[in-house]
Amino acid sequence: MGALQSLPGQAEYCDLTAKTGFSFEQIGVLRKRFKQLSHNEETLRRDHFNEIHDLTFNPIRAQIIEAFFDRRNFHEDGQGKVREIGFEEFVVVMSHFRPPSLHMTEEQREKIRKEKLRFLFNMHDTDNNGTITLEEYRHVVEELLSRSGTLEKETAKSIADAAMLEVASISVGHMEPDEFYEGITFEHFLKLLNGFEIESRMTIRF
Amino acid sequence: MDLIVIGRAGTLLFICTILNLLLCSGGEIHSTTTAATIWPPVKPDRPQAYPEKEKSNLPLFTMNYSRIQIPFEIALWMLLASFAKIGFNVYHKITIWVPESCLLISIGLIVGGIMHAVKEEPPAVFTSSIFFLYMLPPIVLDSGYFMPTRPFFENIGTVLFFAVVGTLWNSIGIGIFLFAICQIPAFGLQDIDLPENLLFSAIISAVDPVAVLNVFEDVAVNEQLYIVVFGECLFSDAVTVVLYNMFSFVVELPVTEPVDVAFGVLRFFVVGLGGMGVGILFGFVAAFNTRFTFKVREIEPLIILMYSYLAYLVAELFAISSVMAIVTCALTMKYYVEENVSQHSCTTIRRVVKMLSSISETLLFFFLGVVTITTKHEWNWSYILFTLLFAFLWRSVGVLVLTQIINPFRTIPFNKKDQFGLAYGGLRGAISFALAFTLPDNIGRRQLFITATIAIILFTVFIQGISIRPLIEVINVRRTNRDTETINVEIHSRLMEHTVAGIEDLCGHWNHFYWKDKFMKFNNRILRKILIRDSRAESSIVALYKKLELQNAMEILDTVSGDIRFAPSIISHQSTKPHKKLLAADLKNMREILSKNMYKIRERTVAYRGKHALPNDSQTREILIRRHASIRRSLQSGSFQSMDVPRSCKYFSLPAGKSLDSRFSVVRQNDHETKSEFAYPSQRSRFGKPTHSTSRAMMPMHRLGTLKEVPSTDVLNEQSSSTGQRVFRTHSSYSDSRVPHSHHLNSSFDNSSADNLRNGHGEADAEQEARRQPSSPLPAWAAEPRDNTARNPLLRRPQWNPSKK
Repeated sequence: MGALQSLPGQAEYCDLTAKTGFSFEQIGVLRKRFKQLSHNEETLRRDHFNEIHDLTFNPIRAQIIEAFFDRRNFHEDGQGKVREIGFEEFVVVMSHFRPPSLHMTEEQREKIRKEKLRFLFNMHDTDNNGTITLEEYRHVVEELLSRSGTLEKETAKSIADAAMLEVASISVGHMEPDEFYEGITFEHFLKLLNGFEIESRMTIRF
Repeated sequence: MDLIVIGRAGTLLFICTILNLLLCSGGEIHSTTTAATIWPPVKPDRPQAYPEKEKSNLPLFTMNYSRIQIPFEIALWMLLASFAKIGFNVYHKITIWVPESCLLISIGLIVGGIMHAVKEEPPAVFTSSIFFLYMLPPIVLDSGYFMPTRPFFENIGTVLFFAVVGTLWNSIGIGIFLFAICQIPAFGLQDIDLPENLLFSAIISAVDPVAVLNVFEDVAVNEQLYIVVFGECLFSDAVTVVLYNMFSFVVELPVTEPVDVAFGVLRFFVVGLGGMGVGILFGFVAAFNTRFTFKVREIEPLIILMYSYLAYLVAELFAISSVMAIVTCALTMKYYVEENVSQHSCTTIRRVVKMLSSISETLLFFFLGVVTITTKHEWNWSYILFTLLFAFLWRSVGVLVLTQIINPFRTIPFNKKDQFGLAYGGLRGAISFALAFTLPDNIGRRQLFITATIAIILFTVFIQGISIRPLIEVINVRRTNRDTETINVEIHSRLMEHTVAGIEDLCGHWNHFYWKDKFMKFNNRILRKILIRDSRAESSIVALYKKLELQNAMEILDTVSGDIRFAPSIISHQSTKPHKKLLAADLKNMREILSKNMYKIRERTVAYRGKHALPNDSQTREILIRRHASIRRSLQSGSFQSMDVPRSCKYFSLPAGKSLDSRFSVVRQNDHETKSEFAYPSQRSRFGKPTHSTSRAMMPMHRLGTLKEVPSTDVLNEQSSSTGQRVFRTHSSYSDSRVPHSHHLNSSFDNSSADNLRNGHGEADAEQEARRQPSSPLPAWAAEPRDNTARNPLLRRPQWNPSKK
């Protein structure tokens, strides 16, 4: 605990560690990064993110950036978007990417898994209605493939459609010809990615 | 049917054995000639202009066995071992439950038994120098060459820790305990002193890569575990060599001094780092060399192999860790070499390496069995039993303690089950065996040590090897998830990778990827310029490659979604394309496209699909994607139409009429390969065989026998004519700050793919128009067993009624 003297605002950090599970050092480093990104201001805005050079090549950068401004990721049952975020929200969003620690019970793991999947879900569900519609999914796929430049829209569309078909078949099973498949709800989403090792994939070593 | 084949194989085996025995009855290899020819005696005192004949006539038939004896016997032994291997794999169930190493040893035991009964000596081929100089290098080269680099480097800390500290722990612990046991007078072992015990324990604590991987592959454990065990085996050689040399030196010394121990520690660093240094040096030289071989493609495989082998030998020259040298050589070399050499050479290299290692391994285990029977044993119950006990005990304790220490540093900590796998998977094998035989003769109880080593090897390979599979299944170690059959999973895994990469960018790389990034920058700027011949030609080659690849996929991948009822926001397709249900293979193609088009964030690696599975040819496209001037040139210059089709066929390799299953397998393996850059376990099929190629999600869907079965060649023919005139579009250069070049490739890849797609659409549309017919609607998700038969596309129609929306 020797390094703590140098961290400002220690009290609020205790809060944050409790909330997000990061350690003090990690929060300290994140703080530095936050300062760097925001040019020493108190809040981050979208254009700060846009300045990050390395991020420009990422096809889904828009979604990633949006995720930071999405209230649903702040663990506060909010909805909608904000214009700027403070350090606390920054850390909270980052905490979605923590690896599961060794001494966790099954429920905690399950909880973390759900959190991560929720994060992904929110990335897709841009209109906040709780389901991922075909359009949103198509948008996602297009974004993913967008780096390819001129990959035809039709392909992205077809892929997205195929994916929706799969989801439907997994979650709903047999459907009548006249039924509509409204969209992917969070439960379906969970079911879909059931076997997926999201805990190990969606982690960053902080 | 199986039994008949087994019977035949068995007979062949038997005949071959007998042949071997008969021929070996000549005795030692350096036996005197047993020529049966009739040669005129050479009279040295009489110069002769021409040989004078004896009284007999010109011999009609002569036989000179001694001349060919050595190579002949070697060849026969190799064949015998291969027959054994063929024999096992005939009956598939055996190899599930009994790892191949066990089977080979058993056959060796049988043959050894026969030889013993016939009072024959085994061919003196198997000496330890032969082992170390000829048999071990191919095996290790294979391991190094096909090692999945990314997970390896991610786990390198753990690997080194386990290798170094673990082996030390094991050997010293076992040695001391055995020494304690030796002190007990009842066992009659008091003449074994501490250095000898330590020497022995150094020998038996070497975990053997061959035996372990054999077993772990079959069981398909999760990747972390696999990599750690794999790496540990390879690197524990360094430690073992040092310990062995140190202790054998100490054994001869009357008195040990602390300075010797200090030297031992220093020597360890010399050995380890020296091995790596030699390997890296040779790797770079080889890579550099291949830059200039574009005129003489035939010798490229030779260069690779020779440099690796030279690395090994040079390391042996200096008595530093040759295993590490060859492994690092292969690792360094692979990346650059595979970009410089032609596609054929690439394939050749891989196949040759696999072949050599396979034969080496087989022979090794085989000889293990033979020599077990034929050596003179000295059996001491107590020593051997205690050895077994302590080995097992120390390994388990060691793994436990070490994982406790290292887990905090790992992203994905090892849970108890992984630890069990690690501990139980510590099989000993050939290296211990060879080291035992190199024991100097002045050790009093040499035979005892050899016997004990063999005993422990047999114990671990048989008992642990056979039981590890059921145990792992019972305790449910995290396995690799082979069932990524849904396109959603593919999409989401990509999404996740991008997201993680994005967040890492956000965080500014202050984690350990930082160094990797620095290295990549250095690599891109300097190393690649030096070592790779053609640093520019990516885009057009990639474009071409992509075109070839996607031709097949695109003509099938049409809009398939037209009539699916989703949310009201669905846009019904204005196009008049027929609405067909999704075919499983369509999805596979889609996945293929997805994976090809994705933003490849980080370095790509060769998919590791298993020790005994060759990466199939379509996987080479991953590597070839980087640059292949050869393809570009050959395809640019020559007539596009004629040459193009066979090439494309080669990649997709499914002539019309083949059943859908094989199509699944081809494409499915593609997916496995292409998704493997990140080498996450869930997407790798270890056996390399298309195992269960049905997708669960496919079950509920109707199978549609339509365009799927379009003979690829026809469409390719049509398309190639139009694409022949296509101008390769080069992509605008992206700044290369931290984006690896593979990203460039990918983008340009995709640029041309668009062209392909449009083209493909055009062609496919026309075709579909011609063949479309209304038919009765069917629910999209009615469950139906998947129909595997190929259907003639002209006979069956799409089953959606396109008019019904």
